[in-house]
Amino acid sequence: MPDCNDTLRELEQFLDQELTESVRTEIRGHLAGCPDCLQAFDFHAELRTVIAAKCRNDEMPPGLMQKIAQCFGTDIAGQSTAAADALPPEA
Amino acid sequence: MAERDDFPEQAMQYAPQLYSAAMRLTRNSADAEDLVQDTYLRAWRSFSTFQEGTNLRAWLYRILTNSFINKYRAKQRRPDETGMDNIEDLYLYKRIGTLDSALGSRSAEDTMFDMFTDDEVKAALEALPENFRIPVLLADVEGFAYKEIAEMLDIPVGTVMSRLHRGRKGMHKLLYDFASERGLIRDNAFSKTTEPDHA
Repeated sequence: MPDCNDTLRELEQFLDQELTESVRTEIRGHLAGCPDCLQAFDFHAELRTVIAAKCRNDEMPPGLMQKIAQCFGTDIAGQSTAAADALPPEA
Repeated sequence: MAERDDFPEQAMQYAPQLYSAAMRLTRNSADAEDLVQDTYLRAWRSFSTFQEGTNLRAWLYRILTNSFINKYRAKQRRPDETGMDNIEDLYLYKRIGTLDSALGSRSAEDTMFDMFTDDEVKAALEALPENFRIPVLLADVEGFAYKEIAEMLDIPVGTVMSRLHRGRKGMHKLLYDFASERGLIRDNAFSKTTEPDHA
């Protein structure tokens, strides 16, 4: 059974889901009996959720989707494809 | 998925998240817009190298990060990595992690979600030197695995892990600085945690 130091050392890899199942199980076993470590793990899991939510909510500028669609309108040979023809011309 | 005709539609569903990632990388909307367009253009041109069964989203992020590195790295001043290693482990947790219990009840995620504004969290990530910012973005925001990040950036998995570790600490310290600047963290929380004594 890992102690507190062993457990905290694995915190990042645990939250990154990069540990083997057997190590995960050992860590879970420690957390089940250690409120201090559990609190640290919960804190970081929550922080991760907050960071992800707040860093990926940018609104795309109007017109970007259309510009992207136009990227598909020209292949290497510069020929127009159906994907671009279906779109209205750029304003 | 390897059908060329399906590719635009399949790829475009990732445009909003690629744009957000491009904002974190370039830190301004004009460059982010260019970077996303450039990514799709490159993806379309190199479609023949995309292998069926591989992850389209990961492939697009690989193109995005490599386009960024190639195009913008030269423009940016040399990253300042000093100070990144002087931050203790569990920096933020030791300072604010026990606030909730100290203050009494805790209403689930509201506490931490409200503790930092969107702009602060974005600024904390964007302030990291590129070598750290890119892995943290790919792991913590985009949810890619170490191996995927290692392949995207062409660095060993061990390097991904150490940059994540250092980058996260740097970001957490900035979050703490923002929160304390706004007075969200009380003095008693300061004094309580001057000793790194957890566990």
